[in-house]
Amino acid sequence: MRESAIVTRDLTKKFGSLIAVNNLNLEVPRGKIFGILGPNGCGKSTTMRMLCGVIRPTSGTGEVLGYDIMKDSEAIKQNTGYMSQKFSLYQDLTVEENMQFYAGIYSLSNKEARKRMEKLKEMTNLRGKERALVSSLSGGWKQRVALACALIHNPKLLVLDEPTAGVDPVSRRIFWKIIHRLADEGVTVLVTTHYMDEAETCHNTAFLFSGRLLAYGSPNHLIKELKVSTLEEAFLSLVQRETGEEVEISFKSFLN
Amino acid sequence: MSLKRLLSITRKEFVQIKRDKPSLVMALVVPVVMLLLFGYAVNTDVENSAMVVLDMAANQQSRELVDSFNNSNYFQVTDYVTEYRQLKYLIDDGKAKCGLIIPSDYAALLKRGGKPAVQLIIDGSDPTVARTLVSTGNLIVKHKGLQHALQVYGGLGLSFSDKNSPGIELSSRVWYNPNMESEKFNIPGLMGLIMQNITIMLTAFAMVRERERGTMEQLIVTPVRPLELIIGKLIPYVIIGSFDFLLVLTLGVYWFGVPIQGDLILLLQLAAIFLICALAIGMLISTVSKTQLQAMQMTVVFILPSVLLSGFIFPRETMPKVIQLLGTLVPLTYFLEILRGIVLKGIGMQHLKSEVIILSVFTVAVVALASLRFKKRLD
Ligand SMILES: Nc1ncnc2c1ncn2[C@@H]1O[C@H](COP(=O)(O)OP(=O)(O)O)[C@@H](O)[C@H]1O
Ligand SMILES: [Mg+2]
Repeated sequence: MRESAIVTRDLTKKFGSLIAVNNLNLEVPRGKIFGILGPNGCGKSTTMRMLCGVIRPTSGTGEVLGYDIMKDSEAIKQNTGYMSQKFSLYQDLTVEENMQFYAGIYSLSNKEARKRMEKLKEMTNLRGKERALVSSLSGGWKQRVALACALIHNPKLLVLDEPTAGVDPVSRRIFWKIIHRLADEGVTVLVTTHYMDEAETCHNTAFLFSGRLLAYGSPNHLIKELKVSTLEEAFLSLVQRETGEEVEISFKSFLN
Repeated sequence: MSLKRLLSITRKEFVQIKRDKPSLVMALVVPVVMLLLFGYAVNTDVENSAMVVLDMAANQQSRELVDSFNNSNYFQVTDYVTEYRQLKYLIDDGKAKCGLIIPSDYAALLKRGGKPAVQLIIDGSDPTVARTLVSTGNLIVKHKGLQHALQVYGGLGLSFSDKNSPGIELSSRVWYNPNMESEKFNIPGLMGLIMQNITIMLTAFAMVRERERGTMEQLIVTPVRPLELIIGKLIPYVIIGSFDFLLVLTLGVYWFGVPIQGDLILLLQLAAIFLICALAIGMLISTVSKTQLQAMQMTVVFILPSVLLSGFIFPRETMPKVIQLLGTLVPLTYFLEILRGIVLKGIGMQHLKSEVIILSVFTVAVVALASLRFKKRLD
């Protein structure tokens, strides 16, 4: 078994003339939480969607769990759980019906499905909400249902695209507790976030900017290397280096 | 292909349909409303056409002839005139659809075994009506026992002549629809057309809805196969479509009084094949569409020409070769043959083999095409 859950080589995605992801070389170790940071539109979602087989790369290669993302995307799907940035479960189904549906789609036996659903309801604290229509749930609860569905087939890799965007602080805390628990169980987690407190708890982080990888390493390593005191400052200093003084000043004055 | 995945799709689809009450009601009510509406709208039956009589004989025999016209459901004597000029005026004016002219020597000639020339003048502006009146008038005169040659001609271009010698009954029976009620012909066709339209619309949105709602993204990252997704989604609609067909059929038989001459079970089986074929076409539309609006447009683009090409309105035999050829690409064409064949003529499987084979081939081809065209990607 290879050390890395994900390896990309010059992974590139163009939308017309726009280069959304530009020659990305990434390596995500197994069993670790890997955070992708970067401003809106820098190519985080596009990267994840290429890795999960939702869209096809323009050029470059990638391997997920040892499978080629172009040739073996079906094998990747059997072992990967994905939560897209836009909520994509069936709103007109109940929590339980959504979970049952995905259990069936991943060909779980009835017994396995029941066991798995019990475990996930426990883990995500969804008990008591089984019969609620998903459309009636608030954002935080919806994300937990999405997580439960993404985990129904016990995947080795979990890909989460801004899972806590617009979620209240308590739900965020609970969500990240689950993420850490999964990593402890050996699941590799690839996650994007705009919250620096969340990013700081990742084992590794990568900074994307305009589709390019700017920096890459553990939060402590990045802080040391950039001679700053927090991950947020590391982030700002990297963006500043790319865009020039002006942005930093305006950003600082905005913060103060 | 995994049955488990396929059935998961089917079950999910059922739950969604069940929760979408307005659409479900639409799916069950629209066919009934359409059949009632169009059943009457396309009713080309001719009933009680106003008739003006110019009876120059004015005796027992001529009055009997007028009565037999009047007693049929097709003619209603509204005026008696004494001059040809008046008769012409009433028809020109539209007050009468037809005129009956009985010569003064009618009775005398009959007695001598001659050939009295009775004229039936018909307003030919609606050819369908005119055709019906001509043939009905002909039947009435024959039925009356006039074995004389008589000439019936329409003043506006329709002419008719019968030169049989006296004593010979010309057998011009009309088959399948002896009373030539247009309903008998129209209702089975309508059932076919309505079933085509409703089924295509049912599935035209099935796949593209997932795209628009964003649920497709989650499906794409699962191991589900295109064929499982397509067939799994088709199954609930096959059941709804079958129910629709039973509704429409019941209405046709009991409301419009069109009995099924042939084998009901055979009809249901062949209808099921057509249903699946039409549903598959809807699914293909749904698969290649990017938005629900696009799917709607494609559905309309398919449905509109099929009304003409299938021979629903005009017989295909009279169409130019190219148009006939285009008609062979429309599954409804074959279903109309099946429906009219079984319902009106009571024919069996031996006459419908080619239709069944072609429909089956179509179905398999369309499903295959849909699953090939379905990209498990979003770009
Ligand atoms: N399907 C698409 N078609 C065209 N442009 C796209 C598409 N998806 C993303 N983009 C563009 O690619 C860039 C990167 O988008 P994205 O990966 O969603 O960024 P992020 O997730 O980091 O906010 C953006 O400029 C976005 O507008
Ligand atoms: Mg994004």
